[in-house]
Amino acid sequence: MTFEERFTDLVPALTKADAVAAASACLYCADAPCTKACPTHIDVPAFIRKISTDNLKGAARVILSANVLGGSCARVCPVEELCEGACVQNRLRHEPVRIARLQRYATDAAISHEWKLFEKGPMNGRKVACVGAGPASLSAAFVLAQKGYAVTVYDERELPGGLDTYAMADYKLKIPAAQAEIETLKDLGVTFVMKTTVGRDVPFAELEAKSDAIFLGIGLGGTARLGIPGEGEPGVVDALSFIEKLKTAPYAQSAFSGEVLVIGAGNTAIDAVTQSKRLGAKSATIVYRRGEEDMPCFDYEYELAKKDGCRFEFGARPKRIERSGDRLALVCEREGREVSFLGDRIIRAIGQAKRREMFDTLGIALDDQGRVLVDSASQRTSNPRYFAGGDCVNGGQEAVNAVAAGKRAAAGIDATFALRQVA
Amino acid sequence: MAVDLSINLAGIRSPNPFWLASGPPTNEGPMIMRAFEAGWGGAVWKTLGEPIVNVSSRLGSIDYGTRRMLGLNNIELITDRPLAKNFQEIDEVKKRFPDNAVVVSLMVESKREAWHEIVKRTNDSGADGIELNFGCPHGMSERGMGAAMGQVPDYTCMVTEWVKEVAKVPVLVKLTPNVTSILPPARAAVNGGADGLSLINTINSVMGVDLDTWDVYPNVGGQSAHGGYCGPAVKPIALAMVNEIARDWRSGRVPLSGIGGIETWKDAVEFLLLGATGVQVCTAVMHYGYRIVEDLIDGATSYCESKGLARVTDLVGQAAKKVTDWGKLDLNYVIKPRIDYEKCVGCNLCYTACADGAHQAFALDGPPVKVADGTTRPGPRVLDDQCVGCNLCHLVCPVPSCITMTRQETGHRPMTYEEFTASGLPRTALAGYGS
Ligand SMILES: Cc1cc2nc3c(=O)[nH]c(=O)nc-3n(C[C@H](O)[C@H](O)[C@H](O)COP(=O)(O)OP(=O)(O)OC[C@H]3O[C@@H](n4cnc5c(N)ncnc54)[C@H](O)[C@@H]3O)c2cc1C
Ligand SMILES: Cc1cc2nc3c(=O)[nH]c(=O)nc-3n(C[C@H](O)[C@H](O)[C@H](O)COP(=O)(O)O)c2cc1C
Repeated sequence: MTFEERFTDLVPALTKADAVAAASACLYCADAPCTKACPTHIDVPAFIRKISTDNLKGAARVILSANVLGGSCARVCPVEELCEGACVQNRLRHEPVRIARLQRYATDAAISHEWKLFEKGPMNGRKVACVGAGPASLSAAFVLAQKGYAVTVYDERELPGGLDTYAMADYKLKIPAAQAEIETLKDLGVTFVMKTTVGRDVPFAELEAKSDAIFLGIGLGGTARLGIPGEGEPGVVDALSFIEKLKTAPYAQSAFSGEVLVIGAGNTAIDAVTQSKRLGAKSATIVYRRGEEDMPCFDYEYELAKKDGCRFEFGARPKRIERSGDRLALVCEREGREVSFLGDRIIRAIGQAKRREMFDTLGIALDDQGRVLVDSASQRTSNPRYFAGGDCVNGGQEAVNAVAAGKRAAAGIDATFALRQVA
Repeated sequence: MAVDLSINLAGIRSPNPFWLASGPPTNEGPMIMRAFEAGWGGAVWKTLGEPIVNVSSRLGSIDYGTRRMLGLNNIELITDRPLAKNFQEIDEVKKRFPDNAVVVSLMVESKREAWHEIVKRTNDSGADGIELNFGCPHGMSERGMGAAMGQVPDYTCMVTEWVKEVAKVPVLVKLTPNVTSILPPARAAVNGGADGLSLINTINSVMGVDLDTWDVYPNVGGQSAHGGYCGPAVKPIALAMVNEIARDWRSGRVPLSGIGGIETWKDAVEFLLLGATGVQVCTAVMHYGYRIVEDLIDGATSYCESKGLARVTDLVGQAAKKVTDWGKLDLNYVIKPRIDYEKCVGCNLCYTACADGAHQAFALDGPPVKVADGTTRPGPRVLDDQCVGCNLCHLVCPVPSCITMTRQETGHRPMTYEEFTASGLPRTALAGYGS
């Protein structure tokens, strides 16, 4: 199997015949549970009905108006936990309507036909800066641009999209699909200032001077450190860099045929272990300090890793990393005894660190876990010029949560000015 | 591009061509106001007359596969609410929604004074139009009303005249499909002065029998009655009748409000193309709610845009003339199926349908096709000599655009049956002869 085949879409696009059949399973529920389960409240029955009536353009509009990253979310959302998990057909037919795949069917059509579905609003003279070009900022920018705000999005990376671009497992979402979706924002006149770190290349003071409001959608920091001896050894890599490389460079450059150990058991760890396997690792093993039932990853992600032949070592708490000849030994404590796993590469995947300093300097209050505190309706932070949303507020959830937060923030920002106009 | 969806049907204006048909969705003012809020352009009020008492149950339906309510039938009568209350609500609706069309459906006993009285009340109500219910096939017809009117052209004409004597707003006559030809009642209504025609009302039907109890649906305490059939299943019948009138110079002079089985914007567009100026919907709203109008509007707008049309009314009648008499069809027009073997899944439905239901024009020795398990089998092959181009294989094929009916060069010039019989040529002169 070629690498391309190994990283082909796990859930392939629907054919027209598939889409007709899948759409006909939708009951068109009123006050539909799927819509409620979606953090962005996409009107699922409405868009599926439009697919049934061959109104694909209308279907795409329904989806994207609620969630500008509807195409990405169709590929990366944990739908078993969200819309599809809530589908009433689970009870009737023991199988939900294939909402995500239908959503992809409609949004793919919008991209391939280059439909322009949204228009920027008449300029209202207000400017908003969004820091970070991840799902949260993109979503806020999408709503604000339609309301007539001049929106500038800053990001230190080369491409917009945040983790949607750089972190999603490649068999779910590839970079071209993530980028295609962002064209909508460019069409709406949103300005992207890339490779620019706010706070370093552009001071926050400058943004404050130039903007009426600032949205912080900066996500979380790099992969957290293990805090054990030997973690700086060559061959110890962090999950985000590993995934980014496999997504941005030809697969051959990431190919690795040795034995891989992955520390952690969240969704990122699962992505790292499955993708290591697909890149040719002789073995790929999750090493997790707690038990199987404690794994924070979604069940279906775990199932996928098992299907890919990944291995799991539970109850093993990493203590140190040592060199063992030309290999690495991960020494763990298990039931009071030391056990050692040998590997050729160790991937750290115990979650992302929090960026506290930046918020401290801006006078933005955090909770005890380093998450930005916001007003839940408006996403406003303790510094009234700043709004925030996405991973930096929720501590690391899904892309769709970041999109939903961006929408709330846009409404919150807009409400501020609407109120002031009245006053 | 902005598309103008507004229509003017016989002087009744509405912001879009989508009206609710007279029935449960238009029972009362608050319902109609919710419908207008959802986007409906107009509504024909539940038929008013001397309030009646209904039975329970009133509805029956047929399902097809997983599809519920492919056809619906009802034995409901006209309004069961006091006239004064209805008229007061009509007034309220018009005040709140001056731009939407409110048409009042009427049905009273066959007396001139009775009609005059209710029409005058309607004149005073602020309604934009009147629709005469000459179509209800059950209950009311036994009392000499509804279909009993619509089935006798002379009555249709007479009552329409009575109404026109006093009506101050446009009058539509709603026709029953329970006739051998729709033209005589349609012409009678127009002769009586109808400003427009609405059709179809429901079709006589019995919905089925409970195989355990032998009760007939809809069941009213062990007894049933024939009721009116509607819903997606009746669309082709309605299309044929609408088109027949549209092509008739005597009755097709007036605008038509198409009704029957409309559920999607595509259905609606078909009615317009075949000659209707606007459409009315009942069953689909009873099934899914007022909200379906959003896609009717959205889909029709996108469709007009894609066709480069600025007004939805540009669609009206565009395909009407594409229906003609059989004798005017070209006997030398020949099509044959062509199979896309990449798409074919090897179900052989075309083969069996043709073998047992048509002309044995398939053999199972064609190029290999891939079947689900990754193996191949010989695909169906068309035997052109046997094939009459009937379309059946194309209709049964479950794979989109797998079987395409393609035009064949026959070397014969076009010739209709009428031309052929006039020409005196032998049958061998026709492309389709003797296969
Ligand atoms: C490996 C991995 C796999 C994932 N898989 C899934 C999945 O399958 N499905 C799913 O729904 N979610 C998944 N997620 C989670 C999802 O990616 C995040 O929830 C989502 O991207 C959060 O969006 P955000 O906008 O808050 O932040 P991010 O996507 O993190 O974007 C923040 C952006 O801000 C930029 N930035 C930060 N600081 C600055 C600064 N000072 N100046 C300029 N730019 C700055 C960063 O460069 C980044 O581009 C995954 C996450 C990871 C790590
Ligand atoms: C329950 C029910 C009640 C109806 N009542 C009336 C009525 O009072 N007056 C009338 O003109 N038509 C009545 N109709 C007929 C509808 O207006 C319409 O002509 C018919 O249902 C076909 O349209 P459809 O296929 O969209 O339902 C009724 C239909 C149903 C299903």
